[in-house]
Amino acid sequence: MRVLLGALLIFIFFANSLIAEDNFPLIPKATGKPHPEGNEFIRINHMDLLRHDRDLVVKEGIRNIDNSLAQCVTCHVVRDENNEPVTYESEEYFCRVCHDYVAVKLDCFTCHNSVPSAEVSISLFRDENAPFERLMAYLEEKDNDR
Amino acid sequence: MTDKSTNRADIQRRNFLKSGALLMSFSLASGVNLMIMNSGANAQANAKIRWGLLIDANKCSPECDACIRACANEHGWENNGKLTDPQWIRKVKLKNKQTGREVSLPLMCQHCEFPPCVDVCPTGASFKRKDGIVLVDRHICIGCRYCMMACPYKARSFVHEKINNQKTTTPRGKGTVEACNLCVHKLDRGDGITACAQACENSGNGAIIFGNLNDKNSKISRALANYPSVELRDDLGLNLAVRYQNI
Amino acid sequence: MERIKYSELSSGTKLWWAAAILTIIMAIGAFAVFKIEHYGHIVTGMNNQIVWGVPHIFAIFLILSASGALNIASIGSVFGKQEYKPLARLSSLMAISLLIGGLAILVLDLGRVDRLIIAMTTYNFKSIFAWNVLLYTGFLGIVAIYLYAQMVRKEQPFLLKSTALIAFLWRLILTTGTGSIFGWLVARSAYDAAIMAPMFIAMSFSFGLAVFMLIFFGISALGSGQYTAQMRIRQARLLVIFVGVVLYFTLISHLTNLYLAEHGGYERFILLDGGIYSFLFWVGHIFIGSILPLILLLHPRLNIRKGIIILAAILVVLGGFTQLYVIIIGGQAYPLEIFPGYEVSSSFSDGIINKYTPSYLEFMLGMGGVGLALFIILLGVKILRILPVNLSKNLGYENKLDVK
Repeated sequence: MRVLLGALLIFIFFANSLIAEDNFPLIPKATGKPHPEGNEFIRINHMDLLRHDRDLVVKEGIRNIDNSLAQCVTCHVVRDENNEPVTYESEEYFCRVCHDYVAVKLDCFTCHNSVPSAEVSISLFRDENAPFERLMAYLEEKDNDR
Repeated sequence: MTDKSTNRADIQRRNFLKSGALLMSFSLASGVNLMIMNSGANAQANAKIRWGLLIDANKCSPECDACIRACANEHGWENNGKLTDPQWIRKVKLKNKQTGREVSLPLMCQHCEFPPCVDVCPTGASFKRKDGIVLVDRHICIGCRYCMMACPYKARSFVHEKINNQKTTTPRGKGTVEACNLCVHKLDRGDGITACAQACENSGNGAIIFGNLNDKNSKISRALANYPSVELRDDLGLNLAVRYQNI
Repeated sequence: MERIKYSELSSGTKLWWAAAILTIIMAIGAFAVFKIEHYGHIVTGMNNQIVWGVPHIFAIFLILSASGALNIASIGSVFGKQEYKPLARLSSLMAISLLIGGLAILVLDLGRVDRLIIAMTTYNFKSIFAWNVLLYTGFLGIVAIYLYAQMVRKEQPFLLKSTALIAFLWRLILTTGTGSIFGWLVARSAYDAAIMAPMFIAMSFSFGLAVFMLIFFGISALGSGQYTAQMRIRQARLLVIFVGVVLYFTLISHLTNLYLAEHGGYERFILLDGGIYSFLFWVGHIFIGSILPLILLLHPRLNIRKGIIILAAILVVLGGFTQLYVIIIGGQAYPLEIFPGYEVSSSFSDGIINKYTPSYLEFMLGMGGVGLALFIILLGVKILRILPVNLSKNLGYENKLDVK
């Protein structure tokens, strides 16, 4: 038992060093305008934003939303040496860089196309002034719900 | 859970309406031209609207498959004749057993007012939008296929294998059920017509009329008011949004 | 009268062999699950016309057997038949295990197994399927409490009585729900009939009892069970009644359909020219699954023999599988009548008998579920005091009927 505990402690010690800052994944650069809310905000909240807006689209048919998946895919495209966009099956795919790192399953692209498409009309940050306020209002609401 | 998301949706919609809706278009660094649709109140699912199709079997040419190709192209499905391949819309050839009269017609999801697939779906993934379009929310579809058992029109297909390179406007994937969605993305962005109806019009047959059944002045409503039409399996009392003439 | 003593199953080589075999069966099932999960349902025989296949037959058979297996306990506790009481624990354990096995198959056949949590948290209360999810989980809970009430050291008559009654009523509702999965499908000529619910209840009585008898025989063969002659003869007689009732419901449902012109085509398909389905109906369900066991069990000399009773129970199980095959697959194979009065053809199998060739993976998945159910039963009787051990000595169950 003591041996086990010791091994566990040693493991934790090393695991700790493994997640030291210099080991963080290298996040690919995006094109397009930066998120008005700031990257940190999106990193923390992207899943809630996506889920919220997917319900708007699917259930209500409201498609001019701020955070469509197609929009994410468009700006965050990663290109290979031939300048072709890589799909989510590549480890270099934008979402996978972090998702693989934290071992969280990425489920969007079993159905959604993971590379941008030119044929589509997608809303970009349509309302240049208000999205941040609206997001805050939404997140407050979400907190109240909890 | 559902309540909560509706709440959020309401808030979002209110905010959105306050901010107003615009039509703009601009270029992205990559050269992709992005367009922002003016939709606002009139393009999102509207309970005052009920979209429907009227199909005239007499005008439908047996050799023509323009609607099928248009649908497959619009939504990115492919039917190569395998039993596991999807078919959102199909041409059915009919021959009256008594009289021998033959007609052909396209058959797809009939977008019932009282859809059996919605009743039987355990998770509520199968649902009816406010404007009468019956859809599968693939985010919560678990792939049980009970809706396929329940559909009187065999309108639904199950995705049996992995799919790549989907259309961005029509996400579809392995393990979930799918069917005609009445080109919901086109309606939401204000195209006002489905791919099949457009293709039928372009082919010159003009067998498919698309429109708002609730608008008494729409082409489809006037045609329905003036000429006889039928619902398939009207004995089930499902009140279909797809009607047929001259079967 | 001395108290009945219960004991765990004693260890032995046979037991380990049984456990090993069941583990292998479960592993094979797991292999099928991973394969279907990875490649999609393309690797099964199921398609867009036959959407529910062999896994569903296994699953529904196990679910029906689960509620039926509880009957032994109910007859003892609810209807007060003393001679059934010693088997109540085993009966309850079997009900839980068989249901878990059946549900496992059902769940693992989903297109999106990874979304099980959605199935458990998001409900459409108009769906009988959603209600079944609640009925199944509720059944597991109630029977678990019932089993506790039977086994608790200090007897609590009220808890025992009340849980026994609730469990009995619950299993009736549960099987009604299972039958209504088919009975409430307006789309297809094969289903859409209120008789589905009572027929499924009758089937559950029959399959459940046959499965109970077979498993009890099996456990007795492993060592320490005591399937006394009187007990088995009594249950064989009960099986006669249940098989007869299933036959009655089958007869009525087909007669009703035959009377209605609109279902004539379907009846012709099942009864006459449906190929494999007509064959399975007449040879599998009617002859092997009903007539033959009835003859064996009603025969004045044969019906007390152990081997004959085991054979009859096996035949009932086989007949049950074929009956479900005819109902589930046959019902889907017959084309939908979208255009009555027309000959129909299309590129999507309209107007033709739908083709279905089950793949080996489907059988592996189904057997995996059976293996899981049996494994849980084996585990249960090994670690819990389930099996009665002093029946023949103290309760006078042995009598002259016992002809070996």
